[in-house]
Amino acid sequence: MSGVMELSIWQVALSYVFVLVVLGILIKRGIRRERELLLASLRMTVQLILTGYALTFIFGTPSPWLTLLIISFMVAYAIRTVFQKFKGRLSTSLKKTVAGAMAAGTFSCIFYFILVVIQIDPWYQPQYFIPLAGMMIGNSMTGISLGVKSLLDGMTTQRQLVEEALNLGATPKMATHDIINSTFDAAIMPTINAMLGMGVISLPGMMTGQILSGTAPTTAVMYQIAIMLGILGAVSLTVILLLQFGYKSFFNDQDQLV
Amino acid sequence: MFEIRNLKYQEVLEIPELSIKPGVTVIAGASGSGKTTLLRLLNKSISPTEGSITYNGTELKEIPSVKLRREVLLLSQQPAIFNGDLRHNLEIGFKFQNKALPSEKAMLEMLQQVHLNKTLETEVRLLSGGEKQRLVIARVFLLAPAVFLLDEPSSALDDVTEESVIRLVVEKARRDGQSIIMVTHSKAVAAQFADEIIELEDGKIKDRGARS
Repeated sequence: MSGVMELSIWQVALSYVFVLVVLGILIKRGIRRERELLLASLRMTVQLILTGYALTFIFGTPSPWLTLLIISFMVAYAIRTVFQKFKGRLSTSLKKTVAGAMAAGTFSCIFYFILVVIQIDPWYQPQYFIPLAGMMIGNSMTGISLGVKSLLDGMTTQRQLVEEALNLGATPKMATHDIINSTFDAAIMPTINAMLGMGVISLPGMMTGQILSGTAPTTAVMYQIAIMLGILGAVSLTVILLLQFGYKSFFNDQDQLV
Repeated sequence: MFEIRNLKYQEVLEIPELSIKPGVTVIAGASGSGKTTLLRLLNKSISPTEGSITYNGTELKEIPSVKLRREVLLLSQQPAIFNGDLRHNLEIGFKFQNKALPSEKAMLEMLQQVHLNKTLETEVRLLSGGEKQRLVIARVFLLAPAVFLLDEPSSALDDVTEESVIRLVVEKARRDGQSIIMVTHSKAVAAQFADEIIELEDGKIKDRGARS
C-alpha cells in the first residue's frame, strides 16, 4: 500500500466550490442562512488549521499531563456547548447533572477503551488518545444534547401525566419512567442508526482517514468496529447518567413538581 | 383529621384557622376563590408559604409526600388518562403504590358502579369526556385511600349521572370509613351529601357550617 497523497493548498481551495454552490442555492431560494454558512465554513477552516498545528506540537512532545489537560478541555468545551444550546432552559441542578454525566460517562469509557481495548503503551500517546477520545466526546455531546432536549420537552408536554402519577402515589422516579425511557431511546437512536448503515450506506470518517493514509482496510475496519462500540458505550452511559439523576432536578425535596 | 393554622399560600389563600373532620366535607366558592389550591396543599402537591397543616396530629412537612399521597388521594379537576386500555388505567395506581393488583372482578364491578359498561380491554381513546371522568373516579376508588380529595369530580357528567355517581362515591366512602373533601359548584350536591360545608371567597373562609 502506498503512502498518503498530499493535498496542495490549491486543491483544498477547490473544495470551497461546494460552499459557493450552497451559497447560490440559499440566495436563489431566499433562505437567509448565508451568514451562518460563511461563518461555519470560516470557523471550520481556522479551527482545523489551528488544531493541525497544535496536534503537531502535542504529538512531538507526548506527556500524560498534557494529554489529560487536552481531554479535560475537550470535555469542558462540550459541556459549555450543551449549556449554550439550551441557554435559559436549564436549571442549576440540571446543569450540574449534565456536566457530571458528561465527565463521568466520557472519561470512564475513554479510559476503558484506551487501557483495556486498544492497550496503548504508554497510555497517553496523543496520536491515539486524542482522536479516539474526541470521537467519544463529540458523539456523547450529541447524545446528551438530544437527551436534554427530549427530557425538557417530555417534562413539559407530559407534565399533566407526571402530576397524575404523583397524585396516584408514584415516586418521582416512577412518574417520569416513561419520559426517561423515551428520552434514552431518542438519544441513542442516531448512534444505532449509524451502526446499521455503516459500511453499506456510509464509510465512517476515521476508517476513511486511515485508508487514505495507507492503513490496510482490514486494520482500519477493526479500529472502526472497536471505536463504534466505544462510542455506543460512551453515548449510552452519558445519557443514562444524565437521566438517572437529571429527572430529580424537576422536583423539590418534598417530591413536588417545580 | 386536618388542622390548619395561620395558613398562607402566596396571595391566593389565607386561612387563620380551620379544622376538617372525618366525614364528607364540601368546599364551595366561586372560581378563583382558592378551592383547588386548598386541596393541593392537603396532599402536598404544593407547600404553604406560611403556617402549618397537620394530618392526624402530624405536621405535613414531617410526612413523606409519597406516603401522604397514597393515603390522601387527590383526584384533580382534569385528571390525565394514561394511554392504553381501561385495565392499564385501573391497575396503574396499584403499580405506583407497589400494591397487589385488583382482581378482574373487582375492576369490572367498580366500572359498573360508575355506570361505565365497557370491557377492560377498551382503549381509553374511544371514551367520551364523561366516560373518562367516570374511569378516573373508578381508578381512585379502587385504590381505597383513607381520604379522597375530589376536585369537581362530576364536572363532565350530566345532572342525573352526577347525582348517582356522587351518591355512589359518598355511600361507598361512608361504608368503608373513608373521608371525602370535595370541591363542587353544585349546591344540590353540597346540600345533599356534605356533613360540613366550607365556603371560600377570594382566598378566605366566608362561611362554614354543618349541612342544613
